[in-house]
Amino acid sequence: MSWAGKLLRVNLTTGEITTEALNEEWKNDYLGSRGLASKYLSEEIDPACDPLSPENKMIMATGPLTGTMAATGGRYVVVTKGPLTNCIACSNSGGFIGAEMKSAGWDMVIFEGKSPTPVYLYIENDHAELMAADDIWGTSVWNTDEWLHNKHQDPLLRIAAVGRPAENGCFYAGIVNDLHRAAGRSGVGTVMASKNLKAVAIRGTLGVGNLADPAGFMKAVNEGKAVLAENPVTGQGLPAYGTQVLMNVINEIGALPTNNMKEVQFDGAHAISGEAMHEPRKSDGRPNLTTNAACFGCTIACGRISTIDQGHFSVENKSKYWGNSGGLEYEAAWALGADNGVDDLDALTYVNFVCNEEGFDPITFGATVAAAMEMYEDGVLTKEQTGGIEFNFGNAVALTKAVEWVASGEGFGQDLALGSKRLCEKYGRPELSMTVKGQEFPAYDPRGIQGIGLNYATSNRGACHVRGYTVASEVLGIPEKTDPLTAEGKPGLVKAFQDATGAVDSAGLCLFTTFAWSLDNIAPQVEAACGGGWTAERLVEVGERIWNLERDFNLKAGITSADDTLPERLRTEAAKTGPAKGIVSKVEEMMPEYYELRGWSSDGVPTDETRKRLGLKD
Amino acid sequence: MNITLKCFAGLARHLPAHAKANAAKVEINEKMSVHQVIDFFKIDREEAYLVILNGVFICPPDRDSTILVENDTLALWPEVAGG
Repeated sequence: MSWAGKLLRVNLTTGEITTEALNEEWKNDYLGSRGLASKYLSEEIDPACDPLSPENKMIMATGPLTGTMAATGGRYVVVTKGPLTNCIACSNSGGFIGAEMKSAGWDMVIFEGKSPTPVYLYIENDHAELMAADDIWGTSVWNTDEWLHNKHQDPLLRIAAVGRPAENGCFYAGIVNDLHRAAGRSGVGTVMASKNLKAVAIRGTLGVGNLADPAGFMKAVNEGKAVLAENPVTGQGLPAYGTQVLMNVINEIGALPTNNMKEVQFDGAHAISGEAMHEPRKSDGRPNLTTNAACFGCTIACGRISTIDQGHFSVENKSKYWGNSGGLEYEAAWALGADNGVDDLDALTYVNFVCNEEGFDPITFGATVAAAMEMYEDGVLTKEQTGGIEFNFGNAVALTKAVEWVASGEGFGQDLALGSKRLCEKYGRPELSMTVKGQEFPAYDPRGIQGIGLNYATSNRGACHVRGYTVASEVLGIPEKTDPLTAEGKPGLVKAFQDATGAVDSAGLCLFTTFAWSLDNIAPQVEAACGGGWTAERLVEVGERIWNLERDFNLKAGITSADDTLPERLRTEAAKTGPAKGIVSKVEEMMPEYYELRGWSSDGVPTDETRKRLGLKD
Repeated sequence: MNITLKCFAGLARHLPAHAKANAAKVEINEKMSVHQVIDFFKIDREEAYLVILNGVFICPPDRDSTILVENDTLALWPEVAGG
């Protein structure tokens, strides 16, 4: 119930498209979306395969609440083996395409093999067809979106596409849907392009009506929406300031990574903050922020829609960037701004627009530029490599040039497209890559927020904040305040956040609901939608099962406990300012307790007892 | 005694007119507690959810006993989150 009950399997090598019933046993054990797609991937590919080979598969998946009237029930995920990390990758996106897929009658689409020529998948309810994409290969996401809408003469067509960097092999290309929402991390777009798949265009008119208990569902959904509306974070703070409200908070507590994580506070933080986005610019008297925006079914509406001053150097004579488009979220603003020492809000907005237009992850891109800037300042890189321009921290012009180079695949853009790990290795400075398992950090310094460091180190998709967002507790006091500077109690906190997140993701909901909801608010919605006895406790168990399934995949892919760590800088170079002054990450101190709580051996391998308890294979 | 008062997000309306970048140098009485400063600027104690003094979160039970000194920085937010 609530699941559509069927999936589409697309063999890109042969062009054959088939329909399958959803595996009943697996959906009860893994719920949907992230969990269920990870189960399918684990069963169907060799985790040791080359992520950019035809042997890898890519799954677009929804959850049982996707497309329903549940608040934020518009999420979908892309699950594959990621080229950035060589780990299992699950990248989550909002917008509208997830709900459209579900309304077309599909829980998920599994792509396998590689098309001999560029194609896109067109879905209209039960009809699915691969169509030639030669005319849009080599063009941007935005161009592809416009071309497909024109071709099919359907303004309600929902489109997810990759841009030029994905085609060029950029290791951190994402899949952009609805113009500026993205399954952005870990290089899932690079996998899509490696299969010669340019886009997925969906029109669904069937709706999602097969709820187990329709009346009970509406009651549970309405109760949940009331909680979101009354909560100050989801009812007021996020709509008004978006995630960008965090910029000043995290800087104030001394955990805002700056200049490639050399510092933990940024003098220019306010200039690139959520508050600054509301302030009229000196240049044209208009604010950067135009309005907020919501994804499908969302009653929070945290999205930012921004405009750039038409006289700003980044968009002079570039009219396509003069209109409203997807503005800065906190993680992007940090990676493009503080981590590069750039405090020019419009420059960051322009770079963010290009990341959306061409489909690549602004977190990894920004952090890679930061590593390059540090190497430039150290003399490892010179103007010879950096296109003849200064490439120092604080240089907004260098940042805007860099994004254009990655977009086009030209010059220094080819180096920057490697991501920071490969870039720093290429130039002999691997220690300057601020990554875990090859993926760049988000916007919280593990020296000033200890629990998030443990979460980064153990995240199954490399450094990631949305696998276990302990910042909610350690900084923001949700659900209760813990001391960010202590390691004590953090292994349990990290595990609890990680397991709960797996369940939220797999339901098809947005993680931001959890600033107001606990699993006690979510379980009645899942139960009324799906039936079968879904409780908060069962959801936690599903989350834990997913975590261990992902871990098993990574172990088979070659990851070991040695990869569960942070860069040396964060373990040995203490924070220089703020409350964490003199403190390093205590990740090594926390790891044994974390492994024990997980039911893993001292080598980080799930024990037989843990596997048996969670119903996992030996 | 002078301190720096910072009010962010929905609390910015409590800042004096000379504030810039959500911060203002303000004069308060000697030996005022965190709660007394919040009251002094007519800010609802419950609305000032996130209270950070010189970068350190002050728990609600400590807001009466924590006394400000010259040149302290008190930063206030309503309940906020992101990610």
